[in-house]
Amino acid sequence: MSFLAKHDIIERNASLLLMGSLVVVCIGGLVEVTPLFFFQNTIEKVEGMRPYTPLELAGRDIYIREGCYVCHSQMIRPFRDEVERYGNYSLAAESMYDHPFQWGSKRTGPDLARVGGRYSNEWQVQHLTDPRSVVPESIMPSYAFLAKATLDYRTIDGKLQANAHVGAPYSQEMIDNAAADLVAQATPDSDNAAVTERYPKAVFGNFDGAASRITEMDALVAYLQMLGTLVDFDSYDTQANFR
Amino acid sequence: MFSGLAVDDAFRIHMGILTFILGLGAIIAIRLPQPAADAEDTTGYMDGPVRIGSILTVFWGVIGFTVGLVAALQLAFPELNFGPWFNFGRIRPLHTSAVIFAFGGTALITTSFYAVQRTTRARLFGGDLAWFVFWGYQLFIAMAATGYLLGITQSREYAEPEWYVDIWLTIVWVAYLILFLGTLLKRKEPHIYVANWFYLAFIVTVALLHVVNNLAVPMSFFGSRSYSLFSGVQDAMTQWWYGHNAVGFFLTAGFLGMMYYFLPKQAERPVYSYRLSIIHFWALIFLYIWAGPHHLYYTALPDWAQTLGMVFSIMLWMPSWGGMINGLMTLRGAWDKMRTDPIIRMMVLAVAFYGMSTFEGPVMSIKSVNALSHYTDWTIGHVHSGALGWVGMISFGAVYFMVPRLWKRERLYSLRMVNWHFWLATLGIVVYAAVMWVSGIMQGLMWREYDSQGFLVYSFAESVAALHPYYVMRAAGGLLYLAGSVVMAVNIGMTIAGRTRTEKPMPAPAQLQPAQ
Repeated sequence: MSFLAKHDIIERNASLLLMGSLVVVCIGGLVEVTPLFFFQNTIEKVEGMRPYTPLELAGRDIYIREGCYVCHSQMIRPFRDEVERYGNYSLAAESMYDHPFQWGSKRTGPDLARVGGRYSNEWQVQHLTDPRSVVPESIMPSYAFLAKATLDYRTIDGKLQANAHVGAPYSQEMIDNAAADLVAQATPDSDNAAVTERYPKAVFGNFDGAASRITEMDALVAYLQMLGTLVDFDSYDTQANFR
Repeated sequence: MFSGLAVDDAFRIHMGILTFILGLGAIIAIRLPQPAADAEDTTGYMDGPVRIGSILTVFWGVIGFTVGLVAALQLAFPELNFGPWFNFGRIRPLHTSAVIFAFGGTALITTSFYAVQRTTRARLFGGDLAWFVFWGYQLFIAMAATGYLLGITQSREYAEPEWYVDIWLTIVWVAYLILFLGTLLKRKEPHIYVANWFYLAFIVTVALLHVVNNLAVPMSFFGSRSYSLFSGVQDAMTQWWYGHNAVGFFLTAGFLGMMYYFLPKQAERPVYSYRLSIIHFWALIFLYIWAGPHHLYYTALPDWAQTLGMVFSIMLWMPSWGGMINGLMTLRGAWDKMRTDPIIRMMVLAVAFYGMSTFEGPVMSIKSVNALSHYTDWTIGHVHSGALGWVGMISFGAVYFMVPRLWKRERLYSLRMVNWHFWLATLGIVVYAAVMWVSGIMQGLMWREYDSQGFLVYSFAESVAALHPYYVMRAAGGLLYLAGSVVMAVNIGMTIAGRTRTEKPMPAPAQLQPAQ
């Protein structure tokens, strides 16, 4: 095989070997990854998606910080058992504002893509505080410390701003009101018309049950309670979105 | 300075840790006796970083396996979670990074420094650049590890460190590339040896993967949190393009470079086939890059990308086995050494596990198989047969090869202890992988089980309860593997100390008998 003899040229030239390797490894990524940024049909057309409220975003940061994604997926596959167990299969549109994505890779615990609204706030807090008191078989760690930690939201506008930089549709108005909106969502009696205007379907409440202050538990439960609740499946056209 | 300006507590603590490490490093560097400049031999091979690297490889191995055992026990006995710093969610990235980047990365840098000098007959390029790469990488490890425990993470698997640690790694890695390429350019051999093709491809591809996957906008230059440049489906694809090639280039191409140098040396045989090495090298690096989507089957990733991923993942079986065949067949005419030399035995087992897991991988990347295996412990078992079997065993073999030569010892402290290490590790892997197959497949089947009325039979919690005995057995397998690495640490320590153990020799080579 004479072309193998030509390999001699590459073997004698380190720069050629380097460039050759680099070109060869670039092809796969260029063909497979880059089109996803340009093909219109990568993300379905849906009604109802909005960026996270400041409180939900703070909760999401805690979800990431504690490594929840290590054991919980947020991606329901289109199988009969998964759809019956967890709800409608996940759409690409549902994570279009997720920087980064939280699809996960392992289900040591159940999928959480549609856990929002499935349990009461009280159940969520009890479960996070002492998982085995509500699910005896659970092997989840206790997150009781979240209820004791006051939420540090001094930088929340910066977080919204950074998300806006990478493409999440936060308006200047949302960024300016971030801290106020965060407090309003955790205070059920507040005047929340303006927040609902900015973030439709936002759920208000004193999530951790302790009214005195806003804790990390408030933020995490607010995030969990909105998961999978945004897309309006009544108006979703499955046929039009086959890819 | 950054500590004072920090906008969040985690960043403040992390910068404090950085200051402490740098301060400690500076004190040690100043207090160490300085070798006289003229006394230092700058003509021969530069083995200082290789010596320290050999010790640290063993050290990080023991640490990484210990953290793995802790994580395994936490899944079996959840009372062992001590939040917030030692909860499973923070321990698991600590384990994966300690094993992949601390143990595996240190082994790769160390062996590449050793092998590239001896196959090019040239001293490492750039003088003290090698020390910068070496200690710079160790600083990356320290920052990554402490960050995980503080909850500083991007949540990208195997790329968890935040933006500032990523920037530091980029600088170190580019220096590593310059160092390696520079050494190749000043070689005194006309040809570049095959091990160096793999090391070079590993270094350049990891640079590319690392930079693209970690593109993010930090919330503040004085804060730890950043937000990924990509979102949702594109972010998932980018992450698994990276993630699978952390396996393909970090844990495969790099370690194939290791195999191509140390296996022929220990067996004292030339590499089996030159042509096969050319074909499987180019095929491997071309095909691996495409395999990422097999982590995203049946997700919201468009079908065309999933199909491409599956086709290339299955094709990947061939170049992978090309490497295995080239490794195993290198022993032709030297198979008797399997009986007498436990280091060869270790390397052969490594290549055998490489072959096993690169067959299991394509099987699992068939969509209908993956429908069952995805999200279950089967994946965990698969990863460990590759990591413990292939990556671990070939690294152990390389360290056992290098240490007596680096310290100019006649032989290792004890060959019988290598044999003990071999059997403890092998038994550990077999227990681990077998247990995870059973638990993974059982888990997948329980999730999809329907009764005759068409109802799901099991709740999720019931599947968790069913896994408990397997999680205990898995921890036992991990304990065996850890015990083997402790035996190794003692053996290597004693060898460096210059001791030799009085022991019965391993069976002598068989005497040739005349044909009857």
